[in-house]
Amino acid sequence: MATACDQAFRPYAVDTLHGDCRGMTLPPAIRDLAPGRPGLVGDPALEASHLSKRYGDVQAVEDVSFQVARREIFALLGPNGAGKSTTVKMLCTLARPTDGTATVAGFDVRRQPKAVRRRIGLVFQEQTLDDQLTAEENLRFHAVLYRVPKIEVEARIRRVLDLVELADRRRDVVSTFSGGMARRLEIARSMLHTPAVLFLDEPTVGLDPQTRALMWEDVTRLREEAGVTILLTTHYMDEAEYADRIAIIDRGSIVALDTPSNLKAMVSADTVELTTADDPIATARLTAAGFRAKLGTGNVIVFTPNGDSQIARLIDVAGVAVTNVHVHRPSLDDVFLHFTGRQIRADHAEHVLPMRMRARARRR
Amino acid sequence: MTDARLPIAPGTLTDERSDLGGELRTVGMVWERELIRFVRTRTRILSSFIQPILFLFVLGYGMSTLVGTTEGFTFKKFVFPGIVAMSVVMTAIFSAISIVWDREFGFLREMVVAPVSRASLVVGKTLGGASIATVQGSIMLVLAPLIGVHLTALLVLEVVGLELLMAVAMTTFGVFVASRIQRIEAFQVVMQLLLFPMLFLSGALFPLKGLPAWLAVITRINPLTYAVDPFRRVVFAVQHVPPAAAARFSTGVTLFGYSLPISAEIGVVCAFAALFLTLAVAGFGKPE
Ligand SMILES: Nc1ncnc2c1ncn2[C@@H]1O[C@H](COP(=O)(O)OP(=O)(O)OP(=O)(O)O)[C@@H](O)[C@H]1O
Ligand SMILES: [Mg+2]
Repeated sequence: MATACDQAFRPYAVDTLHGDCRGMTLPPAIRDLAPGRPGLVGDPALEASHLSKRYGDVQAVEDVSFQVARREIFALLGPNGAGKSTTVKMLCTLARPTDGTATVAGFDVRRQPKAVRRRIGLVFQEQTLDDQLTAEENLRFHAVLYRVPKIEVEARIRRVLDLVELADRRRDVVSTFSGGMARRLEIARSMLHTPAVLFLDEPTVGLDPQTRALMWEDVTRLREEAGVTILLTTHYMDEAEYADRIAIIDRGSIVALDTPSNLKAMVSADTVELTTADDPIATARLTAAGFRAKLGTGNVIVFTPNGDSQIARLIDVAGVAVTNVHVHRPSLDDVFLHFTGRQIRADHAEHVLPMRMRARARRR
Repeated sequence: MTDARLPIAPGTLTDERSDLGGELRTVGMVWERELIRFVRTRTRILSSFIQPILFLFVLGYGMSTLVGTTEGFTFKKFVFPGIVAMSVVMTAIFSAISIVWDREFGFLREMVVAPVSRASLVVGKTLGGASIATVQGSIMLVLAPLIGVHLTALLVLEVVGLELLMAVAMTTFGVFVASRIQRIEAFQVVMQLLLFPMLFLSGALFPLKGLPAWLAVITRINPLTYAVDPFRRVVFAVQHVPPAAAARFSTGVTLFGYSLPISAEIGVVCAFAALFLTLAVAGFGKPE
């Protein structure tokens, strides 16, 4: 029987709603969802109120509150150690909040952890596959843990493997996979039981741009077709753009929360980069003249409204030979800089390594 | 098939109500994973065979020349049940190590965040380790004719049963220790400090008779003592043990002047297994 569901990853909801695939039953958690725009449907999928977490002397998360609507893609954006993973851990019941409460899919993370766990899918920052098992065995294990009915297991495994294009590696042991392949397998696994809320903690770290784009296709399709709500954390600005809303988190607290376009609008200043013969002198003079200027690496960075019309004046004030001028409208990077006073670092090599490699490196 | 009408996991089961079928499936899956991992690690299989054989030859033959034979009963015959027990214990404990590896490799998280009870995970893990250890110990029986130990069908059955009990007790003990330990190095240290004294003071390698009082007390506290002795008793029951040898290589554990029957020893092991299992479940995968 060749139906639409054999061709693409149609995670159970849409097909069943259209009556195409009778064999597939719909998780009630998802069946309840009416299609609609984010923020307009029923209760929020996820609600954190005044969440805090202390580890000894470290205040990892402090008074974090936000709501995520059903079918929304919500991003937590922040630098290393901001408290993103800790927030995710509290929401998925792996860490107990020291203060505050949260509900996920309508259940309290403190009082009904098991009910929460049944309704969520997770991709952790660190790899959590058994690399001595094959891809298929890892998925089967997951299917049992999440009580996927036996007769559905095979079809679902096939779908998620097709989805991440690992069908041909199905019977290979995970230790023979590249880092990116292992990551894709984890993403496939998190979708296997069609969670109501999917948590992705830096899901694309270590993936090449192509695979990242593919993964984003999968994730957005999952939202469209199965009505899954997605909370992700990321360092990548371009990735945060996929989100409906972004919470910028810094030192454990949310410093800004809005849609990407609204966030950009908040930062009115354009950024002008000047490459000059003597950057320190130019910076000093521009600052003296009242501009918000700072010394960059190999250039001078000036924040000013209407950057384009200011170029002539900037060159004039700098008073040294200017070899290159670049004006750009605020990007999310600038938004981030604006709210945290810091640039988000681009290198996160450490996270690419699975835990065991880090452990090995530590021992050496 | 009723399965066809079963909806997917989330939301199907009312809240905290647990379903036995799902938990049993989990136990089975965790058990299966342990076996798959064992079979895939050739070096582990190899070393688990070589080590006890090495012990048997070094201790059996080496000590034999020192201890000599008593009316035709060799030290090898005495030590054989002890070596079998020892290989069961070692395999069981080292299976439990995999929990520390799971933590290090991250897989533990996949398990503890799943909507299953911790007890199912621990029981699956325990049964997996215990199965491997039992198979391991039973394979050792092949060496029996070489040592001159006589085997009967009933004896093999009894030995396998005792191996399973001992393996379960020791795996839960290992899981209990492992679930409280964050790093593999620490586990190895703890095990060296615990496992070897436990083995040496269990009567596996030398008779527990005529020890200094303080040592005698330690051997009676040692849970392994109660697991090793039934082994030797059932093996000796079908051997020809001359009276002088029986006196020298005595079996049986005396507690406060009472000589425990084999059923009481088994009871003690069961009690320890239950205790360790409870502790292991309590300490397994708690939220941070
Ligand atoms: N288990 C723990 N014990 C002690 N401190 C912890 C623990 N987990 C996190 N922390 C601390 O809490 C803070 C926030 O950590 P968290 O992992 O949430 O950051 P993050 O935003 O995910 O960072 P990254 O981008 O590096 O993943 C850090 O200072 C970290 O050292
Ligand atoms: Mg993190």
